[in-house]
Amino acid sequence: MTRVFVPIDAGALSVGAELVARAIATEAARRGVTVELIRTGSRGLYWLEPLVEVATSTGRIGYGPVAADAVPSLFDAGFLTGAPHATRIGQPEGLDYLARQERLTFSRVGLIDPRSIADYRATGGFRGLERALEMDPGAIVETVVESGLRGRGGAAFPTGIKWRTVLGTTSDRKFVVCNADEGDSGTFADRMLMEGDPLVLIEGMTIAGLAVGARHGVIYLRSEYPHAARTLRAAIAAAREAGYLGASVAGSGRAFDVEIRMGAGAYICGEETAMLESIEGRRGQVRFKPPLPAVAGLFGQPTVVNNVLSLATVPIILERGAAFHRDYGMGRSRGTLAIQLAGNIRRGGLIEKAFGLTVREVLEEFGGGSLSGRPIRTVQIGGPLGAYLPESQFDLPLDYEAFAAVGAMVGHGGIVAFDESVDMAAMARWAMEFCAIESCGKCTPCRIGSVRGVEVIDRMVAARARGDDDGVEAQARLLRDLCETMVSGSLCALGGMAPYPVRSALDHFPEDFGLPAATTSRAG
Amino acid sequence: MSNHDWRPAVDRALELHRHQPGPLLLVLQAVQEATGFIPPEAVPVIANDLNLSRAEVHGVVSFYHDFRTTPPGRHRVAICRAEACQAVGADRLVGVVKDRLGVESHGTSGDGAVTVDPVYCLGNCALSPAVMIDGHLHGRVSPERFGLMLDAIRGNAP
Ligand SMILES: Cc1cc2nc3c(=O)[nH]c(=O)nc-3n(C[C@H](O)[C@H](O)[C@H](O)COP(=O)(O)O)c2cc1C
Ligand code: SF4
Ligand code: FES
Repeated sequence: MTRVFVPIDAGALSVGAELVARAIATEAARRGVTVELIRTGSRGLYWLEPLVEVATSTGRIGYGPVAADAVPSLFDAGFLTGAPHATRIGQPEGLDYLARQERLTFSRVGLIDPRSIADYRATGGFRGLERALEMDPGAIVETVVESGLRGRGGAAFPTGIKWRTVLGTTSDRKFVVCNADEGDSGTFADRMLMEGDPLVLIEGMTIAGLAVGARHGVIYLRSEYPHAARTLRAAIAAAREAGYLGASVAGSGRAFDVEIRMGAGAYICGEETAMLESIEGRRGQVRFKPPLPAVAGLFGQPTVVNNVLSLATVPIILERGAAFHRDYGMGRSRGTLAIQLAGNIRRGGLIEKAFGLTVREVLEEFGGGSLSGRPIRTVQIGGPLGAYLPESQFDLPLDYEAFAAVGAMVGHGGIVAFDESVDMAAMARWAMEFCAIESCGKCTPCRIGSVRGVEVIDRMVAARARGDDDGVEAQARLLRDLCETMVSGSLCALGGMAPYPVRSALDHFPEDFGLPAATTSRAG
Repeated sequence: MSNHDWRPAVDRALELHRHQPGPLLLVLQAVQEATGFIPPEAVPVIANDLNLSRAEVHGVVSFYHDFRTTPPGRHRVAICRAEACQAVGADRLVGVVKDRLGVESHGTSGDGAVTVDPVYCLGNCALSPAVMIDGHLHGRVSPERFGLMLDAIRGNAP
């Protein structure tokens, strides 16, 4: 019986994968051929979705993008044996886009049935956990420290160091909280992982629990991700059933279990302390630090808070050793970065690769230029609080320190491309507006400053329309002062970094605001 | 909604979640799941049961974008307004909504068929612009296709 793989990833579904799966089942029945239809995550080659794969004697052969009404023609062509067809792409691994990647965290995503314990085990699943069960908690923590893993949620804090703090506390009710709020525009790696290989996240959380002495795991999942919720629930149930979660993890006598808490639409709840407030059932307002969540987090107890990808990278570190992970990367950015390429780009998708690739390599060699065919004028990296980079900065390597040096951030790894039709005054205004919409309200510079920011930019645009150059200059000075106040006077990075996209727009694209063009750099 | 309609949903939500730590968000989510919104009359009932002040419950309801205090239309449309969708013309989708339904990016059409809300990223940024209709995600949505999709759901009985 031929095995046919069709993604259930939300992105693939968004362009018709469900209809394609049904059409394959219908067509196979009509022709009296038996196929085993396996639903997988996505390979992250989104411009090829729906991407259908067939297991053949020469490996898996891909066809994409496949429209449901093209399915009969696939059968006619003989796709079940990997025969030629207009949509045939050969082995996906043979595409440059995938061949050039280093998939550590995403090694199984798109390949296996995400809810199948058998598939997971057959592809090396739970080996990290088995290793961890033979180790002292302290040894697990030190392995993660030595691996050089830094938090993938944005702040890039060393994961092992955080765990060390929690291990050093005494409480019989510690927590491991997984931050699955993934609010940044341009990011979808957490979603892809939860929909494509949720068991690796569950395994990572379990190892974290063993390491710090926690028995309770909580996944805080944004409500915009109903597909991920369904897959995660199914995977948690399967893991319980197979004895990997519960009173005795893999028969070890040590307990760990995971529950899901859904968010309710609030960007700020991605900030770890606001998230803890939300899990406790309150408004998602940011807490003052100290105390750190590692000391007094969820319900006042010592808590590990980590991003989905940080936790999902732990199993391979335990399985292969700290050095294996540390050997990837550059400088102090060790391991791989899940780059998410999005926006106005021809080949958007997931690129997992050792730190150090340049922005230009990502945009040109992977992305293939803009979707519109016009020159890429700017990219925003690291979500709505990330700076806009002009073309003159496209040779920056993706490395936490290199980005910080120019006032930019890698963040969660999202890259959003814009072509030359973008209006940077409008994007700056949007950064302020978003901050105003999502502010938790705790501090004035963020809550009020962002509203003022929108007004100032509106006045700038109006002054420009009148041809009032002095008015534009005056508002620009006001805007820069306002940015300064927000940066220095905000409690968290929402108010503290919303000025970054604004300032970078002013610095690199002043002509969009009616200011004299920059002398140093002009993109396009 | 009359008292008679929402009361069982609130009672069930409280029954299910009142013993969990930090139950308020869970209760509100369960109520909204069952009734489509949080009836203002339910706030004192929930507050009383969980030993919270009305202000606390109201504060949580108003803080999160997901909660609504009026009944939604029969169909729910969420349009992504975030950067990756803006980069490929999401603004034009808002124009379509205005044309077809006569509502801005936030509101319910006069016939009660469709409620439109803005959303800030649906995690489909590599296939933007993205919209979600009744829990189904759609990518690479052109204004023309979006118009047809809106016509289709309006034509459908609930
Ligand atoms: C406004 C704001 C939003 C954030 N959103 C997220 C998010 O969606 N996901 C995430 O993992 N971290 C987010 N963070 C970072 C978290 O506060 C925290 O650093 C992270 O969850 C720690 O996990 P890590 O060390 O594994 O990255 C956000 C921070 C801020 C200030
Ligand atoms: S900066 Fe904004 S979001 Fe952050 S704590 Fe202050 S008010 Fe809240
Ligand atoms: S920005 Fe619209 S789906 Fe992410």
